[in-house]
Amino acid sequence: MTDHLPILLLLFPLFGSLICVLLGKNNAAHSWVVAMISLGGSALLSLLMLIKVLGLKLGDFRYRMGGWPESSSYEVGIELRVDVLACLIVLAVMIVGFLNTIYSKTRVSAEVGEKGSFFYALIQLLIVGLCGIIMTNDAFNLYVLIEITSLTSYALIAMGNRRAALSSFNYVIMGTIGASFYLLGVGYLYIKTGTLNIDDIHNYLRSENLWASQSIVVAFILIMLGVWTKMAFFPLHGWLPNAYSYAPSMTGTFMAPLMTKVMVYVMIRVMLWLFGSDFVYSPESIWSELIIWMAVVAIVAGSFLALARNDIKKMLTYLIIAEVGYMVGGAWLGNLNGQAGAFYHILSDAAMTFCLFIAASIVIIRTGESRLNAFDDLFRKMPITMIGFTIGGLSMIGLPPTCGFFSKWYLIKGGVEAGQWEFVVALLFSSLINAVIFFKIFERAYFGKIKGIKEEVTVQDRDTIPAGGIKSVPLSMLIPLCVGSLSILIIGIMNKNIFSWITKALEMVNG
Amino acid sequence: MASVEFSLIPFLAWLVSLLAVPAIILLGKKPDAREGITFLAAIVKFGLVLLMLPLVREGKILHFSFGEIIEGIPIEFRVDGLGILFAIVASSLWILTSLYALGYMRSLKEHDQTRFFACFALSLSATIGVAFAGNLLTLYIFYEILSLSTYPLVTHHGDKEARSGGRTYLSHLLGTSVAFVLPAMIYCYWKKGGDINFTDGSLLTTDLGSGAGLIVLLAFTFGFAKNGLMPFHSWLPNAMVAPTPVSALLHAVAVVKVGVFCVIRVFTGVFGIELLEKLDIAIVVSWIAAFTVITSSLIALSQNNLKRRLAFSTIGQLSYIILGVSLLSPLGVTGSILHVAMHAFGKITLFFCAGAIYVAMHKKYVSELVGIGRKMPITMTAFAIGSLSVIGLPFTGGLVSKWYLVMGTVEVLPEGTLDHGKIALLVVFLVSSILNACYFLPIVYRAFFCRPEESLYEGGRQEAPLACLIPLCITALLSVISFFNPGLFIELAGLISNK
Repeated sequence: MTDHLPILLLLFPLFGSLICVLLGKNNAAHSWVVAMISLGGSALLSLLMLIKVLGLKLGDFRYRMGGWPESSSYEVGIELRVDVLACLIVLAVMIVGFLNTIYSKTRVSAEVGEKGSFFYALIQLLIVGLCGIIMTNDAFNLYVLIEITSLTSYALIAMGNRRAALSSFNYVIMGTIGASFYLLGVGYLYIKTGTLNIDDIHNYLRSENLWASQSIVVAFILIMLGVWTKMAFFPLHGWLPNAYSYAPSMTGTFMAPLMTKVMVYVMIRVMLWLFGSDFVYSPESIWSELIIWMAVVAIVAGSFLALARNDIKKMLTYLIIAEVGYMVGGAWLGNLNGQAGAFYHILSDAAMTFCLFIAASIVIIRTGESRLNAFDDLFRKMPITMIGFTIGGLSMIGLPPTCGFFSKWYLIKGGVEAGQWEFVVALLFSSLINAVIFFKIFERAYFGKIKGIKEEVTVQDRDTIPAGGIKSVPLSMLIPLCVGSLSILIIGIMNKNIFSWITKALEMVNG
Repeated sequence: MASVEFSLIPFLAWLVSLLAVPAIILLGKKPDAREGITFLAAIVKFGLVLLMLPLVREGKILHFSFGEIIEGIPIEFRVDGLGILFAIVASSLWILTSLYALGYMRSLKEHDQTRFFACFALSLSATIGVAFAGNLLTLYIFYEILSLSTYPLVTHHGDKEARSGGRTYLSHLLGTSVAFVLPAMIYCYWKKGGDINFTDGSLLTTDLGSGAGLIVLLAFTFGFAKNGLMPFHSWLPNAMVAPTPVSALLHAVAVVKVGVFCVIRVFTGVFGIELLEKLDIAIVVSWIAAFTVITSSLIALSQNNLKRRLAFSTIGQLSYIILGVSLLSPLGVTGSILHVAMHAFGKITLFFCAGAIYVAMHKKYVSELVGIGRKMPITMTAFAIGSLSVIGLPFTGGLVSKWYLVMGTVEVLPEGTLDHGKIALLVVFLVSSILNACYFLPIVYRAFFCRPEESLYEGGRQEAPLACLIPLCITALLSVISFFNPGLFIELAGLISNK
């Protein structure tokens, strides 16, 4: 039974999605139940899978789809590959998916109306795609799954308000270009090696010593470009802010924490498993240095752009762009601390982005205001929401004992070890900018409106929120927020264990 | 070599004020019970700290660990001489400040008193956490908690001035610690390859070059900006918008002393005096501190707001401590550690007096204090004693620590000659003492000895309420007692400086 875990946890949301479609229009309530069951079940299965993998000696296991036997000469079957890293991210996806479904309970009818069951169908399909991306061991299947997630997310985003359609179209263009780059890169690899299995490609490159081949270098660059577009690595980020902030709120709260992070994981997979660290970090290549500088630019630019935004969700989306810079830079530092720090940051960033997006969505919904002045005096009016937001914000700044502190700790240590001081400075700089951004908000929320300065008030009901407005925020929104903010602290306090699992898995591939 | 012994007491001493926080919030509707909790916590805390004192004097180090949080770094408490001395000062003065705060806040009918007392208790926990911290990470965590928990206290009034003061406060304290201390700490962790506790003297291996050493040293010294070293000092005068009890305990004792305490830890526990002597870089810090001493004293002369004048005086006195430890001589280090205590007693007296004057007379400018000596004789006598202590005149504790600091500069080199650079620093101490006298004594003189027609006050005596008056008399008395009886403090300071 436990051998089939990887496929079982994909089947739950896959069938859930089909059932939701069959339930048809105007059936959001039933679809919600289906999604809760399928994602809850998958979350449990992924927890089981993590426990199983932690008990394995070798650290990973493979699942042959359809029972195709392994052949030594010509590979036809496709396989899923699961190790601790994959388990951790799958678990994160499932938990976020589950919590987000709880959150969406009251929002679906308000934001997408009669299309509620299709929302659940799409989001489950998106989860299948994401988990497939994480677990697949086949370079071409990876492309197919990336396309599945892209197509579903275009539709999910387009369900949003008037401006969502255009931002979704923008995303379609950028996403398609990115995916084409990736596919082109895989094409080169297939021509050179004759296989699509990631391990086989890697072994073939190694045994035939193809590292110096021009076409392999081109393939690598193409794949990197494709992946970077998908993860909104500055300056390929143009599609992200609008797409995530105009999407329906329950789409934003799911995609913002996960989509870019999963693509970062794909980048790490491609770097270490497909091509291998000898090739990626080879001393002759100049790209390590160059990409770390690009990451530095991404971090600094993302922070500044976030600082300049007066719209809550836009501000958060630019922070995501800065955080992507953290992870790309960490992965390219070329040492274990950098790679593991980047990976740890995938988890911690997922937790804190989820927490911040949920809190921001609640604030925007309750106050009807999407700009920063929505926060005026909210500590008194919505204390629980603000505590959740504060924990997320402190984690973004990187104060202990939140997980943001520890991921910065490992990334900075990696930077010091590699002697990449510009990366260290960029990380610290972004901490400081985040501190400015969040304390500006905390100050508003703590003191209320600055007296004497007349601010443009667009919404009437803001001041009608009673003190301790908690009762008016439904429990279905508060539970995900509370779990999210708790997980920030848990990931932070458990960092030693999580980090040792990560390093063990990475040591194995680095050899 | 000191023996390390497991003990729960440091943990309990830290916990007691933390537990007081929810109790204070729950009893928010009953002010008397709420303040009862504060007193109970303060007294129990002081008792627990005193309980550790005999053990530490025997040369033991009390150890408590919460468990490892990053590979090789536990969150842990290690109580040694320096830590216990600081803890005694902070926890004993918390009792007095609580009494004072009670009188002050109620007389002025301040709003949000529950929040005030809750944050006060929380910041005391953080202070004790810093005092007992056994490694850099623990120190850093409690340092940050202290910054955050004192923010609501600084901005208590919630008006525009408080807000901008609070903004300066957080941006300076958080900004410097994240930008400078965090990377320096990670550098040490990487250099050492794991453990970063203070016990074995030197965290940094001796292959460190002078250049890298200087950068790390400056990163720590500026990073712990609570020490008020210029140019990152401006948070302190701006924090004077806080209610006076906050200025008294936090900005004369707990917060600022945490800053210099961290610097002393960096000198003795992270680098170790030997390594600093070898690298010959401490002199840079000496001169920055010397500059701060003189400049802040000159600025203090020009301040008309009494609390701001006290704040600039504090900046100067903190730099005495940094200057003392950067001399790297046993006497200088002893003097620094002594000054942590002696300055605390003197300065808190002065702040208490400033608050008492505000409560009784609603005056906060130096120019308004002419003739106030006849109106508030007890307060102004205590003010005079506090001034003497800060200037370093007999018969107050300030003289003792200043004596050690000055002796630290004239220590004879092995060749039998004096170090000329250090003699120049001696001059700094003396000039600054004269400046201190210039900005304090005229206040005292004009308060008591002015011609009747100059006096701005008439009528009989009108002191602040007893709850304000008693604490300031006790602290003034402590300043005097610590002159006649400095033995305990010297002994505890010796545990660190003679290692």
